[in-house]
Amino acid sequence: MGIPYYPGCTLSTKAKNYDRSGRAVAAALGGEGRFELEELPEWQCCGATFPLMLDDSMALIAPTRILYQAQQAGERVVTLCAICFNVLRRSQALLERDPEMLERINWFTEQEYCGDVRVAHFLEVLRDDVGWEALAERVVRPLTGLRVAPYYGCLLLRPYDEIGLDDPEDPVILHDLVRALGAEPVDFPYNIECCGSYLTVKDPQVSETLSKDIVASAREHGAQAIITACPLCQFNLDYPQRETEAGRTGNEIPILYFTQLMAVALGLPEETWGFEDHYVPPYEAMKVPF
Amino acid sequence: MAHYRALVIGAGIGGMQAALDIADSGYEVILVEKDPSIGGHMAQLSETFPTLDCSQCILTPRTVEVGQHPNIRMLTLSEVVGVEGQVGDFRVRVLRHPRYVIEDKCTACGDCAEVCPVVVPNEFDRGLAARRAIYIPHPQAVPAVYRLDPNACLGLFPLACGKCGEACERQAIDYDMAPETIELDVGAIVVATGYELYQDEAVMAYAYMDHPDVMDGLEFERLLSASGPTGGKLVRPSDGKVPKEVVFIQCAGSRNPEHGLPYCSKICCMYTAKHAILYKHRVHDGQVYVFYIDIRAGGKGYEEFVTRAMEEDDTVYIRGRVSKVFSRDGKVIVWGVDTLTERKVEIAADMVVVAAAIVPSTGSKALAEVLGISVDEFGFYAASDAEMTPMQSGVPGIFLAGAGLGPQDIPETVAQASGAAAKVLAFFGAERAEERAEEALGV
Repeated sequence: MGIPYYPGCTLSTKAKNYDRSGRAVAAALGGEGRFELEELPEWQCCGATFPLMLDDSMALIAPTRILYQAQQAGERVVTLCAICFNVLRRSQALLERDPEMLERINWFTEQEYCGDVRVAHFLEVLRDDVGWEALAERVVRPLTGLRVAPYYGCLLLRPYDEIGLDDPEDPVILHDLVRALGAEPVDFPYNIECCGSYLTVKDPQVSETLSKDIVASAREHGAQAIITACPLCQFNLDYPQRETEAGRTGNEIPILYFTQLMAVALGLPEETWGFEDHYVPPYEAMKVPF
Repeated sequence: MAHYRALVIGAGIGGMQAALDIADSGYEVILVEKDPSIGGHMAQLSETFPTLDCSQCILTPRTVEVGQHPNIRMLTLSEVVGVEGQVGDFRVRVLRHPRYVIEDKCTACGDCAEVCPVVVPNEFDRGLAARRAIYIPHPQAVPAVYRLDPNACLGLFPLACGKCGEACERQAIDYDMAPETIELDVGAIVVATGYELYQDEAVMAYAYMDHPDVMDGLEFERLLSASGPTGGKLVRPSDGKVPKEVVFIQCAGSRNPEHGLPYCSKICCMYTAKHAILYKHRVHDGQVYVFYIDIRAGGKGYEEFVTRAMEEDDTVYIRGRVSKVFSRDGKVIVWGVDTLTERKVEIAADMVVVAAAIVPSTGSKALAEVLGISVDEFGFYAASDAEMTPMQSGVPGIFLAGAGLGPQDIPETVAQASGAAAKVLAFFGAERAEERAEEALGV
């Protein structure tokens, strides 16, 4: 009996390595399979943005459908994608405080969503259900000496009133994870700055400028790798460091999902790491501790 | 019969003013101060607003007057730990911490400090300069007596060093001095315990204290002060270079109901403008940026003073808050927002001065319990009626003055202190009149 899991579109397409490493890590956490990620039997796109208009019930239909599907599977649903997490958690919070909206959407979808499925990020499962100490005990290849910069971005933490996962100004959850894996967390001032998000589609110059500052700051602070919990952050930080006609600069830093870092530390087979789908191949950096 | 003697707690500018007013009227005053010397925060300031008077120059005559006044008995390094009785007849217990230096014998020659092997940060200079374990807080200190800091000393019980004792020709050092509790009878009490600066870095969201070139307003005062650790030369603590770009951040912790304190600290708009002016007087080619929410300069000559900082000294005022301060390439990077142009601002500064919120001085809550007076939710003393009796506590005979009541500047504090003193004198006068009437009637 695992945890109902909503992968979302990106983890089924561009970020398959996040999904693969996440599932492998969850299965390796022990607890008699208690933490295993069990994909919802049926799901669709969450909409990818939380509606901010006063009345935008249309945009709430997709997330509510997912919450309804999760309700069939259990009391909570876990995500890996920070964007899906943000949309689902905020939609859930809105439906909880606005029963009229809940009623309206249920009327439209002809489904009876109860209104109180808990939306959790897998990081919360690690912190609150597994615990850092128990996780540390499962580490077979401690990443001793590896300097990892946790990059949080926006959607995992904000807005605090609805998300409440960690301190939005001074988050520690990824730092704690890095420590549990035996590596050294690198604090850098850009760790909660925006990566540019969807501007990478509309105005890539803007997001490249933002992401270059983030990566440069992590490098200045001595990071050998950056970890994130968001597929868009991963892309936005990774892609601008791609190999161009001019070759590589030698200053590249690999951008990993936290689950990939865990897969290495927990000694999982290399095919679960998903290192092949990176613009900056992580092999060299991750070789350091071995 | 009432005791015609007043107790004043706190010997900053407020407590001194109250003590002098009462003492000048012919009544005895006991002035209790927890620090080794009197003068309070005003003694640390470089200049005062809006006149730009040298703070020490206008304060020192007062401290000296207090020190020499025949009607004032100063008890430094002392705390009020118990109060019983009622108006006219309070019995007060005062804990006197040992100074380890006999006040009457010490001539402040400094021979003791010269041989002391211990070096620790000097609190008076906010840690920007060092002192010895045996020290005098600053050259103008009243009483002009050294003090041995038992926490810094190599060891008193048993005596581990003893060099200062050997060096003291007057044999003023008494290593065996013990704490002492004395009891005093007083008729009325004035509480003037003042303020501290807010220290919650997390709330301010700045890398405050992490970086030597990020400092609070009082540290900056010490850097500006001619009697300060640099002799008034404005240089960065990190590398001794003259800072060419300085950022001031107002409302750090204040006016932040979500994460900090909801109230306005009231004096920061003015002292930041003063800092900007004084900085420009020292560094003519320097540039000042001030982040503010809005300017609150209500007071005689105050608005003009801020305008002067903006116009004559070319200070750039940016309406917006700061989100982050961190270091990069030897600079202090400040991120903020200019809400008038709706742009994100990044300034690579050489120095950052944080106008931290004003909070009640440490120990004021405990003192309020001892006195049986009430405090508000932030720990400031609460008057019995904030509008009609702003200097009266809920306990008859206990009066309030100064920044312990809430953030306020020097003129307000002085006015309040004189007001509280007038309340004490009115009580003494009325008692006297009653006694005389009774005498005349032969009661």
